[in-house]
This record gives sequence, C-alpha cells and structure tokens, in this order.
Amino acid sequence: MDRFSWSNGLLEINETLVIQQRGVRLYDGDDKAKLDLGVTLLSTHRLIWRDIKNHECCIAMPLSQIIFFEEQAAGIGKSAKIVIHLHPVPANKEPGPYQYSKYSYIKLSFKEHGQIEFYRRLTEEMTKKRWENTPVSQPIPTGTGSQAGKTRAVGIVGIERKIEEKRKETDKNISEAFEDLSKLMVKAKEMVELSRSIANKIKDKQGDITEDETIRFKAYLLSMGIANPVTRETHGSGTHYHLQLAKQLGDMLQAPLEERGGMMALTEVYCLVNRARGMEVILRKCTHNCNTTLYFHTTHKHLWLFFFLFPQLLSPEDLVNACKMFESLKLPLRLRVFDSGVMVVQLQSHSEEEMIASALDNVSEKGSLTAEEFAKLLGLSVLLSKERLLLAEKMGHLCRDDSVEGLRFYPNLF
Amino acid sequence: KMRRGVGAGAIAKKKLAEAKYKERGNVLAEDQIVQMSKQLETFKTHLEEFASKHKQEIRKNPQFRVQFQEMCATIGVDPLASGKGFWSEMLGVGDFYYELGVQIIEVCLALKHRNGGLITLDELHQRVLKGRGKYAQEVSQDDLVRAIKKLKVMGNGFGMIPVGGSYLVQSVPAELNMDHTVVLQLAEKKGYVTVSEIKDSLKWEKERACHVLDHLLKEGLAWLDSQAAGEAQYWLPALFSELTSRDVTPEEANQMTP
Repeated sequence: MDRFSWSNGLLEINETLVIQQRGVRLYDGDDKAKLDLGVTLLSTHRLIWRDIKNHECCIAMPLSQIIFFEEQAAGIGKSAKIVIHLHPVPANKEPGPYQYSKYSYIKLSFKEHGQIEFYRRLTEEMTKKRWENTPVSQPIPTGTGSQAGKTRAVGIVGIERKIEEKRKETDKNISEAFEDLSKLMVKAKEMVELSRSIANKIKDKQGDITEDETIRFKAYLLSMGIANPVTRETHGSGTHYHLQLAKQLGDMLQAPLEERGGMMALTEVYCLVNRARGMEVILRKCTHNCNTTLYFHTTHKHLWLFFFLFPQLLSPEDLVNACKMFESLKLPLRLRVFDSGVMVVQLQSHSEEEMIASALDNVSEKGSLTAEEFAKLLGLSVLLSKERLLLAEKMGHLCRDDSVEGLRFYPNLF
Repeated sequence: KMRRGVGAGAIAKKKLAEAKYKERGNVLAEDQIVQMSKQLETFKTHLEEFASKHKQEIRKNPQFRVQFQEMCATIGVDPLASGKGFWSEMLGVGDFYYELGVQIIEVCLALKHRNGGLITLDELHQRVLKGRGKYAQEVSQDDLVRAIKKLKVMGNGFGMIPVGGSYLVQSVPAELNMDHTVVLQLAEKKGYVTVSEIKDSLKWEKERACHVLDHLLKEGLAWLDSQAAGEAQYWLPALFSELTSRDVTPEEANQMTP
C-alpha cells in the first residue's frame, strides 16, 4: 500500500476512465488497509481509489507500478479479489496513506462484485500500456482541492458526475434545513436581545411597569424559552399557564397521593402525568394498532380528563413551576424539598407529625428497620421511605446504625 | 410593586418624566413589551413556516437535533424549558424529550435494586431503545444526555459521571465526590476493583480507599465478593450488568451482601 499517493482524483489530459467499481476494499498484502469501502477506478494511466463517504480521501498509483496480477476466487464469507504485485517504491513517489509497507502486493476486494469485468479491463490496459504512448503533460499531483490549479482536468466523466450530483442533492436537502434554521435563529436572537433590554429596564425601574405587563412579559419569555433571571426574584417564574397547571394537578393528584401514603416523588408525578397525556396520543394512533396494553399503567380514570384539557406533555420545569404555586393558590398540596435534594409533592392533610409517628410506630414494632424494609411494609418507594426515616431521625425519634450491611434505624431511647 | 400615581398632578408629572425620557432617545419598557408582543406574532409565523417544511427533520434526524439544540444554546434560548413554548408546540421538540425523560426514569427505577441507581449510558441507551419498540424514532446518546439534563431540575439526583470515555448516569441522590468518582473510573475496566489496586494506581492510604469503598457499599452501588481468590473484590453492578446472564430480583438482591 505504500505505492499509493494522495490524489484529487481528477483525470489528466489524455487520460481516460476505463471502468469503475463500487464497494471495493483495499488490502495491504494480506492485511485489511486502514481505509473504508470505496470506489476503485481504472484509467488508461492509473489505478485510483476513493472513499465512498469521504470524497476528500482519494489515492492513486500509476499502472506502471504493476508487475503482474491474478484473480483470487471468492470463498465462504469472502469476496472475490484481485491480487496485484508491484514494483518497489520509486524514489520520487509523492506522499500517500502509507509511508512504508512490508508487502509488495495489494489486493482489491470486491464486496459488490464486478471483479470479472474489472479484471478483464485491467488485463486489456496492462497489455496495451496506453500510458506509454500518451504521457500526461505534468506529473500526477498530490493532495486535494488546493492543488487543483496545477492540473487541467479534462472534465469529470459522466458516471462520476452523477455520483457527485446525487451527493450534492442529499447535502442540499439537509443544508436547506440548516439554512432555514440559521435564518430562524437570527430572528430568535433578536427576540432574546429585546427581552434582555426589557428585563434590564424593569430591573433599573425605568418606566412604570404594571403587574399585568410583568405577567405578560413572563408569558412571552416562556413562549420563546428565554430564562428570566431578573424578574424571578421579585415575581417568581410562574405564569398563567403554570397557574392552570397547578389547579389541575391539585385535582388530579389527590387520589394517587392518598394511595401512596400522602407523598410522591416529583419524578413519579412527572411520569404519571405525562403517561396519561401520552395515552391520548397513543389512542389517537390506535385505530389499527393493538399495542395499547403497554400504556395502561395508570390506575386513575379521572386522569384521562386531564389530557383533553392540555394536549401537550409537561416539561420538568413546567411541573416544578406549577408545584411551587400550590401554597399561594391555597391548594391542599405542597412541594417539599428534603435535605438530600429529593423533591416531593405532599398532601397537606398528611402532616409531618403523622408521618413521623407512623415511622416511629413501625420501627418500634419491628425493633429496627431499613429503608427497603419500611418501603415494603408501607408499599412506598424506597426513596421516600428513606426520607421519612431520615425525617424522624432529624426530629430525634430515631437513631441510626450505619454499617456496610446497610443503614438501619432504631427507636431513639435516649 | 409600583403603582401609577393617581390625581391630575401625579399624571402630569409622570407625562413630563416620560417625555424627557423619550427625548433622550430611550424607549420605555412598557413600549418595548408592546413591541415584543408584535414581534412575537411575526416570529411565530416564521416558526410555523419552518415547522411545515422541516418538522420531520427534527423528529427523524438526531444530527439535526444536535445542530438545533446547539444553535438555541448559542443565542440563549432553551427550547425544552416548557411544553407551552413555541418550540415545543410547533416543532414537537418538547414531546420528544419529555417522553424520553419518562422512559429514562422508568428504566433507572426498574434497575435500581440491582445497581444502586448507577447505570452506564450505553446500557441505558440500549434499554430505552428496547422499550420504545421497533417503530419508534431513533434516539441517540446525545438525546439521552439532553433529556437527563432536564430531569435534574426535579431533584432526584440525576447526574452524569464521566467514566472510561463515556458516562455513568446517576439517578439517586447519593453523594458522590471526587474520590468516589475516581474509584468508579478505576473500576470501569474490569467491573470491579480491589483495595490494592486503588493503593497502587491512585497512591492512596488504605484508610482512604476503604472509606470510599464502604460508602459505595452503603449506597448500594458496590457489592462485596469476599470469597474472591486473593483479595476481596468490590463489584459495581452498573459496570458489569451486561455480563450477568439473568436479572436479579429485589429479594435476591437483598440477600446478597451488602
């Protein structure tokens, strides 16, 4: 493989394309070359190979390098090959993919067939030796694009042109989307800059902004997905949307919370709500697809009402922002953050005292409990069971034994 | 909260102040808010047009999604902040990631009893793909990473730890500092680690190594194989789970050490 030089793949004056074949892998002797699948081209003067995916990767070798060549039949799991034996590397060889090779032969492996015809044409060219009669005007150049000025390409042969066009068209479809996206982003950026200007003015109290205007501004920011660090301190991140959401959650989470001892991790709520909404979408698609069993996890019929009112899924931030409004809306739910950072939605009716008392009762009855054991007893998640035990410990009712066997809680008798 | 002054005197005073303000070439915030409202309508139209041409591209092409997200980040926009945002409503970007969030949470929850709440990004990817079924849209690891970043806000301890060229995804609020992370990275090659290996590779004292390993045991992230030939081995189920031939039930998990 060290006989090849980098090339731009353009044909010289007097050089003609004889045949080309896709799906060819090169071998350095018996070893697979460190190149992917490519197209191999035979011209009157050279053997050229180009990477199918990366067109910049193109190498060539003068046919005069070839001593002789032979066919290697296909086997089980092996493609047909042509083995080409080569003269030693000439001193003036231009750089290529391999500096050195221990082999003096290469192989062309025909993954998509075409070996028979290629062999025939190669035989013809090696017999005719047309490169001797019509030498190219300049030495074969190396490198890509930047060298193009040195050579005068006769013109890209029909087949190569078609390949190029097809690639450009695919690229064009993608690049049109990117172009449109870029234009869209320019406009979005204008919105961001305008919003920053407004936020600064609100902060500096330039102009007289009413409560109403502030709320409207926050709604605009929400639509665009722009964070509002300025107004958050004074007015919170909530908008009318979150207000509505909070009220709906207040209704819909009552029963699920009761069932789970008055407390649910926020991630649990997120899954429950979005699964319910997702179901509406699934049902719409489900006229002929019977895979609805996967989605019937929710056990609460009134959650179905939920998705008729709000068709899209909730973002995690939507959920957090809505839950933060429970207190100001005087709903019977609260968002609570434990020391560990775990966030839960909690029923007001299930007071702290009740939870701690329940933890103490259970632990006392069993002598001691781990979070896993407690979870099993109450039918709760391990995460929340642990939080309750930690809370009881914090209040001084339980104490811990922390060993490699696990974290175990005992009644605090001190 | 500022109140507009009442009374003729106050109104006149205010008008004067506004006039002076405008004279200096400044635009009042409330005027800009009106302007923003108009511009928003225009933008919405552009976005609708974009959606009609390229909505499919976003749904089907992970590379395009990456490009889209990066452009948004550059200009200071978070298309995933809210389901009520334009991006979500019109391009459907939101639904894609929020649903993915649900699937990630569910996979992590299902495996927590086994791996303590730590899973490789590769395994998470495989299981999410499996759960989504044959006809679902393609999901890349970049998509997962972005969805996980959004989940963090819900406080369940979601995080990513760089390990061996990829990531471990944490889904429990276990505290993992630099020492723990470095030991996880060391264990990545074989799926387990010993005290000697830690001492040799990291040049730590035995106490420090044991302290870290004890913490991992307590958090359920590591299991102790004290019967291993030679020295006790600390296995990380998150790292070797592809090798186990069957799933362990929670009951079985409880019976093993720790």
